[in-house]
Amino acid sequence: MTVFPDPDHARDLYREMVRIRRFEERCVELYSASRIRGFLHLYIGEEAVAVGAMQSLSADDAVVATYREHGHALARGVPAASILAEMFGKLEGCSRGRGGSMHLFDRSRRFFGGNAIVAGGLPIAVGLALADKLRGEPRVTACFFGEGAVAEGEFHESMNLAALWELPVLFCCENNGYAMGTALGRSESETELTVKAAGYRMPAWSVDGMDVLATESATARAAEGVRAGGGPHFLEFRTYRFRAHSMYDPELYREKSEVEAWKLRDPIAAWRETLVAHDVMDEAAVAATDAEIAQEIDAAVAFADAGTLEPTEDLLRFVHTEPSS
Amino acid sequence: MTTTTPAVRTTYRDAMRAAIRDAMQRDPRVFVMGEDIGAYGGCYAVTKGLLDEFGPDRIRDTPLSESGFVGAGIGAALADMRPIVEIMTVNFSMLALDQILNNAATLSYMSGGQLHVPLVIRMTTGAGRQLGAQHSHSLEGWYAHIPGITVLAPATVADAYGMLGPALDDPDPVLIFEHGTLYNVEGELPVARDPVDIAHAAIRRPGNDVTLITYGGTLPKVLAAAEELAAAGVDAEVLDLRVLRPLDADAIITSVARTRRAVVVDEGWRSGSISAEISARIMEAAFYELDAPVGRVCSAEVPMPYAKQLEDAALPQVAGIVAAVQEVLRTGG
Ligand SMILES: Cc1ncc(C[n+]2csc(CCOP(=O)(O)OP(=O)(O)O)c2C)c(N)n1
Repeated sequence: MTVFPDPDHARDLYREMVRIRRFEERCVELYSASRIRGFLHLYIGEEAVAVGAMQSLSADDAVVATYREHGHALARGVPAASILAEMFGKLEGCSRGRGGSMHLFDRSRRFFGGNAIVAGGLPIAVGLALADKLRGEPRVTACFFGEGAVAEGEFHESMNLAALWELPVLFCCENNGYAMGTALGRSESETELTVKAAGYRMPAWSVDGMDVLATESATARAAEGVRAGGGPHFLEFRTYRFRAHSMYDPELYREKSEVEAWKLRDPIAAWRETLVAHDVMDEAAVAATDAEIAQEIDAAVAFADAGTLEPTEDLLRFVHTEPSS
Repeated sequence: MTTTTPAVRTTYRDAMRAAIRDAMQRDPRVFVMGEDIGAYGGCYAVTKGLLDEFGPDRIRDTPLSESGFVGAGIGAALADMRPIVEIMTVNFSMLALDQILNNAATLSYMSGGQLHVPLVIRMTTGAGRQLGAQHSHSLEGWYAHIPGITVLAPATVADAYGMLGPALDDPDPVLIFEHGTLYNVEGELPVARDPVDIAHAAIRRPGNDVTLITYGGTLPKVLAAAEELAAAGVDAEVLDLRVLRPLDADAIITSVARTRRAVVVDEGWRSGSISAEISARIMEAAFYELDAPVGRVCSAEVPMPYAKQLEDAALPQVAGIVAAVQEVLRTGG
């Protein structure tokens, strides 16, 4: 049983999820206007996962994510303005405009990307955790990845290394049912993902990814286990992406009715209803939150707009580390 | 361009799809395997519709397991099937490099000629679409370093169609690199649909003053540069390599010996590259015919940046090609 959190925290969870949703919606508009280019992968529908999971991480912990990482970056505290500036290709972006949507980095917040090779982030998470273990730092590395990554060799190699060396990694598998157009049942002989973790003797459980209280409490429990020296833990968040895989996806592989059915479980709407029912928020508070977020995002767009383009003379900078930087 | 043989206009993507369809109808051993080639319709829609036509056994969606399914393609080829394996993007082929290099390219030799791997691997390559450093590289030159495989870079609609058949007929592995900016390009596909050769370079524009050597996604840029040069009174020959391994050295040397000047244009990085190899071949075989050092236009040696102005600056562009040609024309006797 999860206990209902204190009202301020409950509202925070709500605000964080709405921030991500509105941010992503604005990205769609900006993409249509060709302000954002390249590939764009939206987190709409999955907000409860990053928001709930991030609650158990402190500033010292590390986060590794994928190309669908705007939500994780926002929930981790990377400013919306620097993320948008990144997608506009501006120098003020969190990766100087060199990474774009799929490659957000913020070292000061121990946000290690933004990886567009499926499963490519997992071994890196293992290494971050290995460093913590060698130094005796009581930190956790949270590694987010889609269920599609489970088929890659790097997933299995990383799970084994982490378990074998008892490393403080929190594997956060965001199971949204599809890897691009491939449904889990069409790509895995064993679709019960926690069973895979069991194969590595790793504590693992499956969580309702549409319920922010569930994602928060499951992550809290797992992170506690990791911090207590229990070695890596594996969480499967059952969630759904409401939008296409990327902006180029004609969605031939799933029924509209399936999408609609999942939308009835919208994590934001569900949490709002709970909050209203518990008298933690009323219509006015909801509207005020929306307005506040709209303002933040407007300001982020203005910041990104006003940003500068990196001069092409600097093209070769940072291929290697610059001396004394 | 005018053609003497009857032809239809089509896109590079559709030509590639037609080639796969025709190969599958011709030979029951041919099947296609790769990520999202079926239900999704192919990440660049090359295989769109083929699942309905041929069914899931022969249009086989794979999980995200590049090393696994490329290796499985090698195994099936050893057993005399004719797999066409699609890898979404050349950067992801790094996950399968072990299988390609240590198995596909090596088994024939290492087994003393007993084993054959008639495998075709297709993949997208190249930059220009602001996809950043993990989706944009041009690594075909790297692959051309490997003995035991053939490396193709179709740049035209006719080659997009025509190269697949002979690639499947080849008893050894053939890699086909499709530049991402070419899929929507339209061109002429001969109605006769005769196979093309996969051994020779092709002169795409005859000329006398300088030879521009390129392949794949940079061919349109080089042709545009040749037009600009023509307006300035420079008659450039454009040689499309088509095959990066084995290189058609004869075609290169014959052209350069005639024009006496050469510029190589390659989207790969300069150091240790196919452009370096071409330049060395010219030096070895045509040193005394040259009137100027060989020029090169390559990508800047950076992981491909996202920001448009940086990506543009990192890639070979028409203006840079024209400038390099003018430099080569200025120098020498
Ligand atoms: C190694 C590799 N292979 C293929 C791709 C192309 N690709 C990008 S995302 C994706 C689907 C991944 O699905 P999943 O891991 O479930 O994450 P989701 O996109 O659903 O969040 C694929 C096939 C890639 N980026 N990297």
